[in-house]
Amino acid sequence: MIRLLVRDLKLAVRAGGGFGLALAFFLIVTVLVPFGVGPASELLGTIAPGILWIGALLACLLSLDRIFATDHEDGSLELLATAPLPLEALVAVKAAAHWLTTGLPLTLAAPALGVLLDFPAPAYGTLFLGLLLGTPALSMIGAFGAALTVGLKRGGLLLSLLVLPLYMPTLIFGAEAAGRAADGQGASTPLLLVTLITLGSLALLPFAGAAALRINLR
Amino acid sequence: MSLWEYANPRKFMATTDRIVAPLAGVAALCLAVGLVWGVAFVPEAENFRDSVKIIYLHVPSAMMAINAWAMMLVASLIWLVRRHHVSALAAKAAAPVGAVMTLIALWTGAIWGQPMWGTWWEWDPRLTSFLILFLFYLGYMALWSSVENPDTAADLTSVLCLVGSVFALLSRYAVNFWNQGLHQGASLSLDRDENVADVYWVPLMVCIVGFVLLFVALVLIRTRTEIRLRRVSALELKERMA
Repeated sequence: MIRLLVRDLKLAVRAGGGFGLALAFFLIVTVLVPFGVGPASELLGTIAPGILWIGALLACLLSLDRIFATDHEDGSLELLATAPLPLEALVAVKAAAHWLTTGLPLTLAAPALGVLLDFPAPAYGTLFLGLLLGTPALSMIGAFGAALTVGLKRGGLLLSLLVLPLYMPTLIFGAEAAGRAADGQGASTPLLLVTLITLGSLALLPFAGAAALRINLR
Repeated sequence: MSLWEYANPRKFMATTDRIVAPLAGVAALCLAVGLVWGVAFVPEAENFRDSVKIIYLHVPSAMMAINAWAMMLVASLIWLVRRHHVSALAAKAAAPVGAVMTLIALWTGAIWGQPMWGTWWEWDPRLTSFLILFLFYLGYMALWSSVENPDTAADLTSVLCLVGSVFALLSRYAVNFWNQGLHQGASLSLDRDENVADVYWVPLMVCIVGFVLLFVALVLIRTRTEIRLRRVSALELKERMA
């Protein structure tokens, strides 16, 4: 499992666009928003949690179709499926690699981008914590979606249509936590609920993803 | 005699052939009676004036929008466990019907909301969760149409339906958390003696029965079409092989 994780990480870094692309996309989305809604700082501060979360979510979405597609094209997915490693573990490892290359950098970058959007400084900790707790769920749900659409020719657009509704609860609780913290309220309830979704996804979705992979590899 | 007999497409076709037409007839009758009664012969409600009449479309379609997804969930489970093709096709057939029901509920709600709440749309939990449900229907149908192999498509959509159900339920409660509602609470429930005044309640029940029958009839017709399509493609395949 660890070797597979290391392999995926290496591939992501060497192919370029692993860390860099998602982060650059996140940056661009954040920079575009003030152009769209105007530079008034109180307005930006209000919508900052939502923008940062939606930006992170879209950046996550961008790289989802590569979780399984490249391995499927060159045939290594079949080899991995016949390996002694159970498919459930494969899905979990793939999701973990995806998180390490997109979710984690996004989380680390979010406070820096929060400065651009006049996000109130005392709430940085909650924003960071919310993303840290929430982005694994995004990767895991995304890995499930990618497993569903792995055999399809034009899977990219379909993948967004399938995955985005599944992202809604995570987005709601995550943005709520950051928003509450920005207003100076306690944010522990939405944070706990984000954690709930993440843990639930991590526990159950590897099985759903593995089932989808088995169907697609049949 | 067991329910599973109808998993045999031939038996299913023979039985539904007999019951589809009467079913559709009763559905049409119920809807005609219920809607005419509700729209023309029900007194105007206090505070609501004429607008109360839209509940005869809004409530039944909203109920069916949710129940259609529940039916798809059951049919998907049956397909995954027992591999009955009719079940998978029934789930496929129900999706567009359910999506249209969701759309009707949203649409009539908007028409009602405009004079009553003063807005076409409000980010109210119920409204929002219905919109999310509609997106789930869209995704489900898109997945069906984009996978070529019918068995693979049935499997994948069933898995999506299972996972989607959990997340749709989660979203339903998540949006409650996210925004306070404008929509009234549930007015109908089974464990109360009187839900709404009988003048409104009786035609509403007729309409609900009509919608349920309409849904069943539409799903049966669409399932029959799907079975016929499957047969046609099997025949074509045989012809090409010969």
